[in-house]
Order: sequence, then structure tokens, then C-alpha cells
Amino acid sequence: MSTLTQARLGVGRQADRSTAQPFMNPYLAGFLLGLVLLVTYAVTGRGLGATAGFAALATWLTGLVSPAHLQASVVHLKYWNDGAPLLNWTLFLLVGALAGAALSGWMGHRFSWTIERGPHISDRRRLTLAFAGGFVSACGAKLAKGCTSGQALTGSSILNVGSLVFLASVFAAAFGVAYFVRKEWL
Amino acid sequence: MLPLASSMDFSLGSELAIALALGLGFGFALERAGFGSARKLTAVFYLYDMAVVKVMFSAVVTTLAGLYLLSSGGMLDLSQLYIEPTNLTAQIVGGLLFGAGFVVGGYCPGTSMAAIATGRKDGMVFALGMLAGVLAYAELTPGIDDWYKATALGELTLPSVTGIGMGWWVLVFIAVLAFGAWGMARLEQRFKHLRPAS
Repeated sequence: MSTLTQARLGVGRQADRSTAQPFMNPYLAGFLLGLVLLVTYAVTGRGLGATAGFAALATWLTGLVSPAHLQASVVHLKYWNDGAPLLNWTLFLLVGALAGAALSGWMGHRFSWTIERGPHISDRRRLTLAFAGGFVSACGAKLAKGCTSGQALTGSSILNVGSLVFLASVFAAAFGVAYFVRKEWL
Repeated sequence: MLPLASSMDFSLGSELAIALALGLGFGFALERAGFGSARKLTAVFYLYDMAVVKVMFSAVVTTLAGLYLLSSGGMLDLSQLYIEPTNLTAQIVGGLLFGAGFVVGGYCPGTSMAAIATGRKDGMVFALGMLAGVLAYAELTPGIDDWYKATALGELTLPSVTGIGMGWWVLVFIAVLAFGAWGMARLEQRFKHLRPAS
């Protein structure tokens, strides 16, 4: 079989996976992540976040399409930053995270141009669900004032009651819904 | 005295440079842990791979213990750290929505960065879904910020609510992690048949 045919059939993708190095021990990785969060607290006085970066990007896009619409939105104005919504702390954190993850993936030979899904679902259906999940997550994170980074990790580490309640709610819903989407993953 | 931001005025440029540097460590740790893979992330909800809980809980214990040690040593002023006011309705309803989106979408906002950086197309689509979500949220819920503030309970922490000091909570969390590690190893053994073949 030629390499080209292999690539078309996705055989190459499997080969990529077999050379990928295993992930770090989860407790060690957690310790590393905790150190990053600790340094973030020690330097900035605030923890990590992610959702605010998406909100800043959304505000920037809205400003490009319709400045008048933006000026009328209290939600967008919070991220407007006097006309420089892209100079957002969390957005820069996300850009750094992309670079850091790319570095780690490159070191571990884990880069793979692929779609993460279980063996019993089509790519198309998986991508539809990825979009829907992103949409719902974003609404939940906006309402709760934080996501896994800003609430669950950052808030729990300082024993914030709301963050611990958020964390419990996330796992309760995810375990409840997991049964209904088992075909997506198992 | 830490946090540095309480005694130093950073310029916008240095703040953003700090964000980039911290993000680098953040993304590196997430990808090392395997969180660039939706299958690794969602495995926790089928109990055959508990990495998500292991990583999150040991990160929380590390930061919590570190903050406690730094403040007991007089190097960090805990009162200068930002605490998001608790609003139980917002955190419960938001958490439920977020959890559903997590298992359906396969990622959370931070881990989608690790996914995109390692070529996962579903991670990119998840991030686009998030962008659409924050745009829709801005359109549909302009009054929700005022509601949040009006119904928030204030800055609540376990020590402030229970009267039990932070040091005791550090010990409790370490004990829960140790017991949890034992329990999770048993769960993974019990449910290993659910791991997909490919």
C-alpha cells in the first residue's frame, strides 16, 4: 500500500498515535498546574481564567461589525477596554496557553491532525456536538462567572464556596448527561 | 509582600507579557496531562480513566497548601487575593449548563486551547461554539449582571462560613486526595472494560 493511500485511509493517523509519548502522571501534572496557578496568584492576586478571553474576542468582532450595536450592549462594553478589546489579560493568557500546549505536544510527538471521538460516531456528528457543547458551556460559564479555570480551579484553591458549588454542579450534570452521549465517546 | 500586584504598578505591556508567560505554563501543564484530547477528558465520566479529577484535585491541593504556607510565613497577604462573590443560583445553574456542555462538547474553554494547539479539529469547532455562545449571551442577557450583583451572597469561603481555619482545610483536602486516589484506582479497575479499543 502506498503512503498516499495509507494517508487517505487514515492509516497514517494511527501510526502517529503509536509514536506519541504517554501523558504525564496525573498527580505530577496536577502539581505542575497547581504551581502555575500559585505563581499566578502570587504575581497578579487573581487566578487563571479562560472564558473572559473568548468574551473579549466576541466584543472585538462585534465592534468590527457594528460599533453602534456594541455601544448599546452593557455586556460588550465591559470588555471594550477603550477601543482595544484585544489587549485583554485573559486573551493573552489563552495565546500563551496555545504556545505552551504546542510546545508540550511537540515534545511528546502528540500533534495529530484528527478529530477526537469514539469509534461509533461519524466525524460530522461529532463536530456538530462539539459546536453545541461549546455553545452551552460558554453560556454556563458566563452565568456562573467562570469556567473550569476561573471558578473550579482558581476559586476552589482559595476555598471559595461558590466555586466549590460550581464544581459539584459541573460534575453532577456531566455524569448525568454522560449516559445519553455514550455513543459519542465509548 | 505578595501578591506583587498589590505593591507594584505594572504597565499594560508588562501585564500582558506576564499573561503570555503564565499562559505558556498553563497550556504546557494541560497538554502534558493529556487534556488536549477530548476522549481523555470525557473518560472521567465513564470512570475508566479518572485523570481529570486526579489532575484538578492535586492542582487545587498544591495551590491551596502553597497559599497557606506563603501566608503563614508572612510572605503573602491573603486578603489581597480576589474572591469572586458567591451567587448560588448562578453557580448551580451555570455549573449544570457547563457540565452538560463539557461532556457533549468534549472540552472546557482552557483545554480547547491544548486541543487546538495539537491539531484536534473538534477542539477548534468547540472554541467556535464558545465564541457563538458568548455572543448569544451578550445579546440575550443584558440585565443578568445587575441580577447577579443584587442576589449575590458576598465573598464566602469555607473558613469564613464554618469558622474552621484554612490550615485545617489544607489537611482535610490532603486527606480527601489521598483517600480519593485509592478510590479512583479501584474505580478505574472496575470500569476498565469501558475503554474504547481504538
